[in-house]
Amino acid sequence: MNAAIVTFPGSNCDYDCYKAITDVLGRPARFVWHRETELGDADLVILPGGFSYGDYLRAGAIARFSPIMDAVQRFAADGGLVLGICNGFQVLCEAGLLPGALIRNATLKFLGQTVRVRVENATTPFTAAYEPGQILELHIAHGEGSYVADAATLDALEAGGRVVFRYVNAAGNVTADANPNGSMRNIAGIINERGNVLGLMPHPERSVELLLGSDDGLGVFTSLDAYLGGGAVPAAHFAAGGAA
Amino acid sequence: MREYDIEVRIAPRQGLLDPQGNAIHNALHSLEFDEVESVRVGRLLRIRLLADSAEGARSSVDDMCRKLLANPVTEDYEIAIGATA
Repeated sequence: MNAAIVTFPGSNCDYDCYKAITDVLGRPARFVWHRETELGDADLVILPGGFSYGDYLRAGAIARFSPIMDAVQRFAADGGLVLGICNGFQVLCEAGLLPGALIRNATLKFLGQTVRVRVENATTPFTAAYEPGQILELHIAHGEGSYVADAATLDALEAGGRVVFRYVNAAGNVTADANPNGSMRNIAGIINERGNVLGLMPHPERSVELLLGSDDGLGVFTSLDAYLGGGAVPAAHFAAGGAA
Repeated sequence: MREYDIEVRIAPRQGLLDPQGNAIHNALHSLEFDEVESVRVGRLLRIRLLADSAEGARSSVDDMCRKLLANPVTEDYEIAIGATA
């Protein structure tokens, strides 16, 4: 794995992603400023969380026209793996790399809390390290996380196994109470038809060590690493982190 | 070329949940404006631009709406061309 983490003006989870990959996984990662036009030899692109361009107009709407996004579009079109987290998910939707949109939370509140999501598809490059149906405790931090799409798009997502994460309660059931933001069909994360672009609102990079309260998000990164032919993760990183 | 003042009104698509509109709707009811039946919250953009004709101005702003100003998944827009000096 060799990750490029795109930093937009207003990104604030880029270092969390960097730490998850370099410190916890022991793999190379570098930041790519949004005004750059090339991704170099990266085999994974991460669009991190934050408030790119102050969320002006609509969350993600202006970031999608950053110079680097042409390179991200080409990278995705060539089959490269793209992970969009939170604001990154919003950017992917605005850029048309994922269907639908993310609108204001139904509660109107900015939500910073732990949620449970169920892994609905454990066959993607982003989730293969998880068990099908595994329930993860992850953190959310967003004001515009309510996923919407028209009925035909939602049905196509469901039929194609492209709803990858869904908000559930402690028993693992999809309920209205478990849905923090009003997302249609409790959708927390989706993947494109080709299976190489994934967006999700929860923050896996904030849950990669038990010191942080949960390492349930680590599986996203270990899945990607394994898919990209990573081999064994250097033991020293687990010894240091204390999480396995 | 002449100057055109254009207003773009963007609103959440009909049928889509509008939590801001609902909150304001409820607030108006608590102020006893019981006659309010619904509230939708959108955005108003005032754009001044140069164009050869009103039609040219409209077509240009329509392009802007489709590319950036409105989200085709969640929003509808209207373009109104005002008189210019």
